[in-house]
Amino acid sequence: MMTRAFTRKAVAGALLAASALSFGMTASQPSPSEAQVAAPAPAAPLQIVAMRRISEAQYRNTIADIFGPDIRVAGRFEPIVRPAHELIASGASDAAISPTGIENFDAMARVIAAQVFDEKHRGQFVPCTPADAKAGDDACAKATLAPLGRYLFRRALSDSETAFYTQLAGEAAAKSGSFWKGLELSLAAMLVSPNYLYVIERAEADPANPGQMRLDNHTRATRLAMMLWNSGPNEALLKAAEEGRLTDQAQLDAVASRMVNSPRFEQGVRAFFADMLLFEKFDDLAKDPVVYPYFNQEVAAALPEQTLRTITDLLLTRNGDYRQLFTTNRTWMTRVLGPLYQVPVHRSAGWEPYDFKAGDDRAGILGQAGFLSIYSHSGRSSPTLRGRAIREVLMCQPVPNPPGNVNFTAVQDIHNKATPTARDRLQQHATDPTCSGCHRITDPVGLSLEKFDGIGAFRATENDTPISSAGTIDGVDFQGAEGLGKLLSESPATTQCVASRALEYAVGKPAEDSSVIEAMDKKFGASGYSIRSLFLTVATLPEAWRVKGATIPDNAKVSLTGTNLAGRAASKR
Amino acid sequence: MAYDLSRRTALKGMLNGAGVVVGVPLLNAFLDGNGEAMAATGAAVPVRFGTWFWGLGVNPNRWFPTKVGANYDLKPELLPIKAFQSKINVYGNFNVPLDGAPNLPHATGGPAIRTGRALTAERGLPGESFDVTIGDLIGKRSRFSSLEMSASGDARNSLSGRGGGNLNPSEVSAGGLYQRVFGTGFQDPNNATFTPDPVTMARRSVLSGVTEQRQSLMSTVGAEDKQKLDQYFTSIRQLENQLDVQLTKPEPMQACVVPHKIPELPVNAEIETVMKNHEFMTDLLVMALACDQTRVFNMMFNNGASSLTRIGSTITHHQLTHEEVLDNRLGYQPEATYFLTRIMEAWVYFVSALDKVKEGNRTLLDNTLVLAHSETEFAKFHTIDNIPIMTAGGAGGRVKTGLFVDGIGTPVSRVGLSIQQAFGVPVDRWGTKSMETNKTITEIMA
Repeated sequence: MMTRAFTRKAVAGALLAASALSFGMTASQPSPSEAQVAAPAPAAPLQIVAMRRISEAQYRNTIADIFGPDIRVAGRFEPIVRPAHELIASGASDAAISPTGIENFDAMARVIAAQVFDEKHRGQFVPCTPADAKAGDDACAKATLAPLGRYLFRRALSDSETAFYTQLAGEAAAKSGSFWKGLELSLAAMLVSPNYLYVIERAEADPANPGQMRLDNHTRATRLAMMLWNSGPNEALLKAAEEGRLTDQAQLDAVASRMVNSPRFEQGVRAFFADMLLFEKFDDLAKDPVVYPYFNQEVAAALPEQTLRTITDLLLTRNGDYRQLFTTNRTWMTRVLGPLYQVPVHRSAGWEPYDFKAGDDRAGILGQAGFLSIYSHSGRSSPTLRGRAIREVLMCQPVPNPPGNVNFTAVQDIHNKATPTARDRLQQHATDPTCSGCHRITDPVGLSLEKFDGIGAFRATENDTPISSAGTIDGVDFQGAEGLGKLLSESPATTQCVASRALEYAVGKPAEDSSVIEAMDKKFGASGYSIRSLFLTVATLPEAWRVKGATIPDNAKVSLTGTNLAGRAASKR
Repeated sequence: MAYDLSRRTALKGMLNGAGVVVGVPLLNAFLDGNGEAMAATGAAVPVRFGTWFWGLGVNPNRWFPTKVGANYDLKPELLPIKAFQSKINVYGNFNVPLDGAPNLPHATGGPAIRTGRALTAERGLPGESFDVTIGDLIGKRSRFSSLEMSASGDARNSLSGRGGGNLNPSEVSAGGLYQRVFGTGFQDPNNATFTPDPVTMARRSVLSGVTEQRQSLMSTVGAEDKQKLDQYFTSIRQLENQLDVQLTKPEPMQACVVPHKIPELPVNAEIETVMKNHEFMTDLLVMALACDQTRVFNMMFNNGASSLTRIGSTITHHQLTHEEVLDNRLGYQPEATYFLTRIMEAWVYFVSALDKVKEGNRTLLDNTLVLAHSETEFAKFHTIDNIPIMTAGGAGGRVKTGLFVDGIGTPVSRVGLSIQQAFGVPVDRWGTKSMETNKTITEIMA
């Protein structure tokens, strides 16, 4: 907290200096001629090639980075729809914002803006004193809003945009009779602007490949920040973009390398795995309290955290091999998880490392209650859901949906004495040819985890019958989570899968070119399957910065940042 | 240097004239005519449209009537609607032809009814849902263009949206719904005094500023992103409308009684919790309609692959429909059917809550049309032909009620087409491929 607050003050200081330099403002009102002059079109034509809605975490992180962690973000975020078999990061490329969504974003924006300019905080963000606190002050508004806008829009505001937001602040100040209210409303307008709510990716002509396009410097800065740190670009990245350094491969490599070695990379890794492992399922996780008395909301909140701690501890703190995620005995425990795992937890608060013993069968993330409970029903385990998740989520092998006209009469109820365990019941699927095609792919994998119930607690029997944890995957027999973890760690599908997900996560579209994935996987292997190395590869992959099929249309030679706004500002006066 | 002066300038003019109560012209557009006049003011009563969804269908032979037309017979599972039969239409034998697209279990049926299109991938909605189309016509001037609710939780549980990545998210708690409708920004239409809030005025002008960024962005985007931006600005316009409403003295609404604050309740899929949430949400919605805060709504009782449970059960409603043995003596699955009984109970609660509110000589239900439907006919087999559908209410006299309509295997999009036409959407053909139809269900059109 201390460092963060300190950094913020330093940044605010830097903002102040920068704004004074670039705008050279005095306290006088800009004359019409000045506003007229301030509407140049950018030299090079840019084309918008993607608009990706920022996620809830990216929104929160951005606000905390710019305004400090004590600024409360209160409100409900419109969820981004996950396309089947894809990442939410890909869904974000399709995501529109509904009226309800805007309503919520607007309410959040006003809450944030009111805090930023309240008496406690305004000193950090307003580098000047308004001539009259009860009226507008264009110079002071501009000096305040332009630097903030640069962080929010992830690029410097154009002159016309600056004039526009300054003018909004002035008008709102006049109407509300308060300079601060004016700033507040203008900042709130920035926070609902598509320039903030969407990561807008722009392309420019690629001098190295005539006729082709590449992502421009600011897009690169934002993509690096969002992919690696799950937040908007900071001062250093914006500066690198402004100086045109991110289109230079060597400098891009250096920046990306610094970023994956920063402690902030953990935030990025967490966000990536939460997306890849479908952690949104935890949002609505509910278990039957009678069937599972050990389950409650505190447990539900601790489960994803346990898995994420296991991941970041192994892959970042210990710089481990990605494949060990399926075999590691090391995890993290907190008090509320003790009863579920039946292990003593010494610390009354916080997390402590814990090593499972060999016979516990809690190998890797698949042996953890988080995975086991989200891929279960509310009142019992599901070998089918678990097997399907292993195939689809960890190996990137989509399993077909059940046919629409499937006849389920073959499947028996759980009270049938002849079929006491899930294995017996699922046998019914395996004997029905319509079902067996897909269930053969999923069930023999998931059945190996049957000793863990619907919340991932250990059990030896079901309906008083001993449970077998024998499993089969792609023709190989194994036992339990340990056997499964070992096979997954040896399977090329798992490392290729995470490589393709990392690329999809970066570009916001499912990876299509298998040769690129194979090459990435090779490099990943050469690094000892280091997640840092994988993300560094993705971040510096020349293919990821090229824009496929995009050419420069004639009509794109238009100012991006809206001469009409400047025109409006000018003509108003 | 062209830019759109119209709204913003008009508003500024208004604001500069400080303290002026904002505009009569707006109010004229506010009301859509055709309905009855309110006794108090002579203004027309608004008509409303909404949907009520439940997952996992019915036991067809125990639910669908046999006798076509008025005074249809009520089988055991439909018997609960008896008291409201004269206000409810039932629709049977309407099909969902997919033209070779896969029947994605529990995912295909709902969107087919709402969009007239077959789902080709599990990626949001295949097109604009027609509640949104109707909302564009009748919901533009109310404070909320529509209200979406899911009584069983999960904001993603929604069948409403403009297609693709746009899904109107559902409110999942009654407390949240209360806050949204009756919290900050709510104006009691029956208050005698009205003073526009200066900060709202300032916000309104700021927002119209945001709208002016449209051109500059539009000129440089590709088609897909253009669509997204269009939707974004449509949403912004709705927010502007909301503020316009707040800046306008509301028409008195005879039946509007501002409800009490709702306590925070648990949200999960356990049936008793869902029933309770649904009741609270329904009561709030009814007042949101009576106070004219919205004219379009979408209630999801549960989700398609219903995750409803009963305390102590190891198995969900969805699993039951597939795994419970058909009781040979009864001829249906008793445990799964328990949930259907509760669902019909909830539906009757919903209809009766609307019918209790008097508006002129009619009730709120009479001035509303609620389309209720499931996503499958018989869940055990995922069948999507003959999905159970009802409408309740007469849309202010535009739709005849109390009928069982036999679709004789024609596409289900006829229902969507007819309802849109009843609300005055200028459409003579709706749906795609085999679901494209121009055949209005004439039996129900008043």
